[in-house]
Amino acid sequence: MTTVLPIRAPWREATRALRDGAVKLAGFVATPLVPADYLDLLSPLHSATELRGRIVAVEPETPDAATLVIKPGRGWRRHIAGQYVRVGVDVDGVRLWRAYSLTSPLDRPDGCLTITVKAIPGGVVSNHLVRRARAGTIVQLDQACGEFTLPETGPAKVLFVTAGSGITPVMGMLRNRDDRLADVVVVHSAPTPRDVIFGAELGRLAENGHIRLVKRHTDTDGMLDAATLEDLVPDLAERETWACGPLGLLDAMERHFERTGRADQLHTERFRPNTLVTGEGGQVSFAKSGTVIEVDGATPLLEAGEAAGVLMPSGCRMGICFGCVAPLREGAVRDLRSGDLTTAAAGDGVLIQTCVSAAAGACDIDL
Amino acid sequence: MTVIQKKTDNPIAHLSAQDIEDLGAELDAIRADVIASRGERDAAYIRRVIDAQRTLELSSRALLLVSLFPPAWLAGTAGLAVAKILENMEIGHNVMHGQWDWMRDPKIHSTTWEWDHASPSEMWKHSHNELHHTYTNVIGKDNDLGYGIMRVDEDQRWVPLNLGQPLWNFVNACFFEYGIAAYDLELGKNWSSRKDNPEFQLQAKAVLAKIRAQMTKDYVVHPLLSGLAAPTTLAANAVANLVRNLWSHSVIMCGHFPEGVETFEKKSIVGETRGEWYLRQMLGAANIEGGPLTHLMAGNLSFQIEHHLFPDLPSNRYQEIAPRVQELFERYGLTYATGSLPSQVVSAWKKVIRLSLPNGFFDRLKSVRTPAAAVEVAAQLTGTRPPTRERAAA
Repeated sequence: MTTVLPIRAPWREATRALRDGAVKLAGFVATPLVPADYLDLLSPLHSATELRGRIVAVEPETPDAATLVIKPGRGWRRHIAGQYVRVGVDVDGVRLWRAYSLTSPLDRPDGCLTITVKAIPGGVVSNHLVRRARAGTIVQLDQACGEFTLPETGPAKVLFVTAGSGITPVMGMLRNRDDRLADVVVVHSAPTPRDVIFGAELGRLAENGHIRLVKRHTDTDGMLDAATLEDLVPDLAERETWACGPLGLLDAMERHFERTGRADQLHTERFRPNTLVTGEGGQVSFAKSGTVIEVDGATPLLEAGEAAGVLMPSGCRMGICFGCVAPLREGAVRDLRSGDLTTAAAGDGVLIQTCVSAAAGACDIDL
Repeated sequence: MTVIQKKTDNPIAHLSAQDIEDLGAELDAIRADVIASRGERDAAYIRRVIDAQRTLELSSRALLLVSLFPPAWLAGTAGLAVAKILENMEIGHNVMHGQWDWMRDPKIHSTTWEWDHASPSEMWKHSHNELHHTYTNVIGKDNDLGYGIMRVDEDQRWVPLNLGQPLWNFVNACFFEYGIAAYDLELGKNWSSRKDNPEFQLQAKAVLAKIRAQMTKDYVVHPLLSGLAAPTTLAANAVANLVRNLWSHSVIMCGHFPEGVETFEKKSIVGETRGEWYLRQMLGAANIEGGPLTHLMAGNLSFQIEHHLFPDLPSNRYQEIAPRVQELFERYGLTYATGSLPSQVVSAWKKVIRLSLPNGFFDRLKSVRTPAAAVEVAAQLTGTRPPTRERAAA
């Protein structure tokens, strides 16, 4: 047995003073850069302020999906099963951020995390990650976030309803299952059997009695709807449900749970914002960068600013994480999800979510 | 040179308004081609240059820790000078122009970049990007024409202070980064009213803070880290800064001062069209010929013409589009001002010396043969007998 001798307080103070001094000195040495800029040359994963990761492997899952194994940098904190991580990838020289569900076990011995990406038609980032990403590439990371997780004390019976890549956060939970997931039904829908991400692993979980798996193939069975779901899962009314998939499926699920008075029993995860309305558009000026552009009423200000070369903070791109918030100095914007109008008079500096807001007249944004 | 509008052989007289707009459209097409093809290769280029610059700086500074050993001093000083030049020219200047903003990398972005220079990036961007690049070579608008301390155009008024401008120019070259900071502060204009100009005071404070940080790094911390080698490291850093200043001053002087570069009247830019703006940029800058190393060390300002046409295109693309730009010059009957680095430096210096005297005096001095004639010229210069138009023409 080893014992750790407590360091006496004066020593601790001295080491702290020494360390603070060293940090200050390093700052003098590096100005106008910061010491981390030079450390990045040697070890890009070392930085505690700029969280990055290195792609360790790209493993194909289906013809158009792949799992990326990423070694996160020093600043990575643990995630909760079901959460997503935002990944910044340089595609053709341009840094683009997207959110992907974490699929890795929390106690992976190599400390790596995994995300599973499905290449969607026309998807710049997803196609790049699935088809062009190579081991060794450095990507930018954010800490994991998201509310699509199991509660501390699990419900007796659980239902997962997923479609396509919607299986990814659920697989994150299944791989980290504990006694909270004793009675689980998974209803998963994909176009054909070969499109089922994690098909073999789901099959094994079912064979071993960990889950009851209901596979649906939309090419032959048609789209999953609430009525079919009641047939497939007779005890649906007793199951707290987590659903992830296309907007149509989630909307149908929400209507069903609302109708049966169980809205609080349904948890959904959306990969894209639900656009209800579009604004009017207008001239948008970015005060700090001096950029002025004409934007239509359907384009989120985040995308418009990025396209014009403005350094826009960004997050989940679906109005959840508030990572994209910026002050609207003056003008009017419309929330693309609800149609709500937000106006700011000169000097107001109203904080708006640029990823789900479009111009509804001239706007002056403090970026 | 004389403003283009007053010239008897106006080099753009042969262009119709339509020609100028066509020229503008052709330049827009070149720009669009570069923007459409900007991508991974360009991003890899700037990242490689930044990594190389930082590695060179780190290793040079490491060498200088043992700068008591003469070969280490020599290699360290040379490496540091090159690193400082790259940092200011190919990286700092170009990043702050927004040439790499399209990468959306917050670490390489015009709004976040700070450089190894006395002038804080925010101030420099205003005086350089907004003023100089907009009003390029417009007399009375573009203070880069002589930086407010020199006369580099016949149409700038001569004052006796100009007699010393070859000396001012040399001193400015040695302390170029401080000269730029003073220039960005508009020190000359603001000095007398400094007490009741809070904005100036704020900016001056920022400059002083920047200078203090730079000086502490180069002249206190790094020498002290070298222990016994402190004096030699201090000398090395001073030499590296001097070399960087002399080099960047020379390259920048070649951009607008050599013979063949045109200047413009203030009223000529009222209602200027996009095509006319392009034309002014084409004629208001001069290039430097040389190999890849010259271009890299010049921050690609050796393609000053291309840079002035498209200040925000990635610097590595200027040499690629130069042949297309040059072809346009030929097709539209314009002169593409270019020359080797030594010839352009000499040309610029000649102008600084020639225009230190009032118009026409330099040629008259050259023809002075007798002491009496010299006295006559000197008397006119000192104002005892101001030159008249007739005399100057005689």
